[in-house]
Amino acid sequence: MTDLLAARTQMALSLGFHIVFAAVGIAMPFLMSIAHHRYLKTRRPEFRVLTKAWSKTVAIFFAVGAVSGTALSFELGLLWPGFMIHAGPIIGMPFSWEGAAFFLEAIFIGIFLYGWKKLPERSHWLSGVMVGLSGVASGFFVICANGWMNSPAGFDWNNGHPINIDPWAAMFNEAALGQGVHMIIASFQAVGFAFAGVHALLYLKLKHPVHHEAMKIAFMVGAVAAIIQPISGDLAAKSVAVRQPIKLAAMEGHFETEKGAPLLIGGLPNVEERRTDYALPLPKALSFLAFGDFNAEVKGLNDFPRELWPPVVVTHIAFQIMVGIGTLMALVGIVGLFWLWKKPQNFLKPLWLKALVAMSPLGLIAIEAGWVVTEVGRQPWVIYGYLKTADALTPRPGIIFTLILYLVIYLALSLVVYQLVRRQITTLQQDLGQTQDKEVSA
Amino acid sequence: MSMVDVVLIFLGLAILFYVLFGGADLGGGIMELFLSKDTREDERALITHAMAPVWEANHVWLILAVVIVFMGFPRVYTEGSTYLHLPLMAVLVGIVARGCAFTFRYYDTARTYRRTYTRIFAYSSLWTAFFLGVLGGSSVAGLINPEAKTYAELFLDPWLNPFCISLGLFTASFCTMLATIFLVGEADEIELTRILRRKAKIALVVTSLIAPLPLIMAEFMGRPLLQMILQHPMSLGFFALAILLVPLVWISLNRSIWTTWARAFSVMLVASIILSWFMAQYPTALYYAPDSYHRALSFYEAAAPAATLRVLVGALVVGSLCIFPALAYLFKIFKWDTLDEERRYKP
Repeated sequence: MTDLLAARTQMALSLGFHIVFAAVGIAMPFLMSIAHHRYLKTRRPEFRVLTKAWSKTVAIFFAVGAVSGTALSFELGLLWPGFMIHAGPIIGMPFSWEGAAFFLEAIFIGIFLYGWKKLPERSHWLSGVMVGLSGVASGFFVICANGWMNSPAGFDWNNGHPINIDPWAAMFNEAALGQGVHMIIASFQAVGFAFAGVHALLYLKLKHPVHHEAMKIAFMVGAVAAIIQPISGDLAAKSVAVRQPIKLAAMEGHFETEKGAPLLIGGLPNVEERRTDYALPLPKALSFLAFGDFNAEVKGLNDFPRELWPPVVVTHIAFQIMVGIGTLMALVGIVGLFWLWKKPQNFLKPLWLKALVAMSPLGLIAIEAGWVVTEVGRQPWVIYGYLKTADALTPRPGIIFTLILYLVIYLALSLVVYQLVRRQITTLQQDLGQTQDKEVSA
Repeated sequence: MSMVDVVLIFLGLAILFYVLFGGADLGGGIMELFLSKDTREDERALITHAMAPVWEANHVWLILAVVIVFMGFPRVYTEGSTYLHLPLMAVLVGIVARGCAFTFRYYDTARTYRRTYTRIFAYSSLWTAFFLGVLGGSSVAGLINPEAKTYAELFLDPWLNPFCISLGLFTASFCTMLATIFLVGEADEIELTRILRRKAKIALVVTSLIAPLPLIMAEFMGRPLLQMILQHPMSLGFFALAILLVPLVWISLNRSIWTTWARAFSVMLVASIILSWFMAQYPTALYYAPDSYHRALSFYEAAAPAATLRVLVGALVVGSLCIFPALAYLFKIFKWDTLDEERRYKP
């Protein structure tokens, strides 16, 4: 394994691990606040139990997200000093804002988790909402920095060095808004469906009404996000079509430049033969989706030098996974919301509950696939069109060892978190049993 | 007062706050290696209770410092993360391990793993504090040599030397001292307070005994650190203040009504040491080996362009305006209000 591949793998591993915790950290506080609000309105003890249970999930995921995020802020330098020496001054601003937002999140999470008896109810509830808002802000800012790597702006490149730096233009680059909105919606979608699935499973097992309520809250959040997500995805892809035609071509497995290009559903790109096999083509759909015109010309990979192609197979398959899952989630979201509105009894049918259980990991898988699309699809560049990933690599040897170290740590952490959440659920059962007893005795 | 200096003040504050607050948290973990037999559970509960609401926020000072360095002084960040990657990696592993172990211990409903979590939390706290000291030392040790040929000269010598190691030990000991002194004020029970007070004194003595070591080791390695401190009036002033504060901390630890003073003096003590170091080193970020092409990398030559620094200062000012009120509120609820007898933690 070359040092470059080891470094790229380590970065992918670290980002892939962190993004799960980051997504939960963005969306989960809102689920918690909705449950909390319901408790304050109805005073039903099971909502208090639910709020506390969800807040513990937030606490666990936030802590792991915080330390893995800290690791990432160092890793950028430990692996890619050649990138950071240029990028630091240009995109430091979104990073510094992200730091500030994250700081607020860390403060408010302390206030919320340990302030149950210490604060007036309303302030306490607000502190929970603030956790979510600062989480969204910090997520958005850090994606502005990633957007800049896809759509570099705010500097002039002079002999391999940036001059005339304009941090504002760099932060508000063309990719930032589309990518940021897309990821934040994805967080709500993935986390909403994930927890709807967890509580559907618990409801199947235990039939306790609190899981029905929890499932409804989580599903509504996830479904609304899933339904608007295709719009945001379409806008993001249209922006890629203009800014990074190579990335779009790799995503779509599109080799030959043509007018009225078909959209390929599925399929396996054959890079040697320069065609995508086994795909289902939708005539002219790609031209329409990318440029809003059925006869627009879409550039194919063949128009670009071979050494500037990203890994086509990985990018295309990851993109298909993301779009496929997104479409499924949007459809299920529409059906589920309609039932909630018109036929609530359908919402408790075992088949529907099992479907939700089966869907629970899909959103997170789609997030991972989406990051593969944007990061692998940008290769061989780290700063698109300016700096190659290989030229940003650290000169130090032995990256393979840190890769193994990180792999071991992250695997261990994943296992422990999984076990912890499982045990939290068991405890939740006991707590609920107690609230029921109280109601009976009352 | 240039833009670089303004950014440096923020950087200095971020590092200082991380050493004080994050350091006290690390010290809390190290304390768990020295629990008394009779009050073991009480002490552990007290440490957890004291840390839980604030440790996340205390930890963010480090992230802030890192962001300021890579945005404001990109060369310091890249050179540091290249030649000091081993101690940096060690710090990272420690941070991940202790943050997770602490949280897991708090939220794991099964008691089976508590001992494992506690062990990881305590040892990784010691590990992290030690390597943070090593990192601080390697910026001033003057052994970074980009022209070196061998792996050992490039990546081990800059930090694997008597000076950095003694500084690591010193950091771990003053973190522990901070934690014990802070906890004296958190405990409610007479017996527990007495035990903590005794431990605080021991920690103070140990810290004072280790303190000269880095200076001696530096002389021994031909690095005139003491001279650097003595040459700079501000640095000398803080150095003298630190020495003066040692007996003050001792005296205030002997009286129960002076607990708050003990806290204040110990914070001043550690802050003086850090500020003395900053002043002695200013404006140099990293000292290189005598036989390397560069003698030192100053913050001025490593600074980002003016446009970036302006934006960074703006972000820091606006960020401070948002963060400080919230932070003050957090500490008011969980720390200040506990000074009131009624609201103390009761096991």
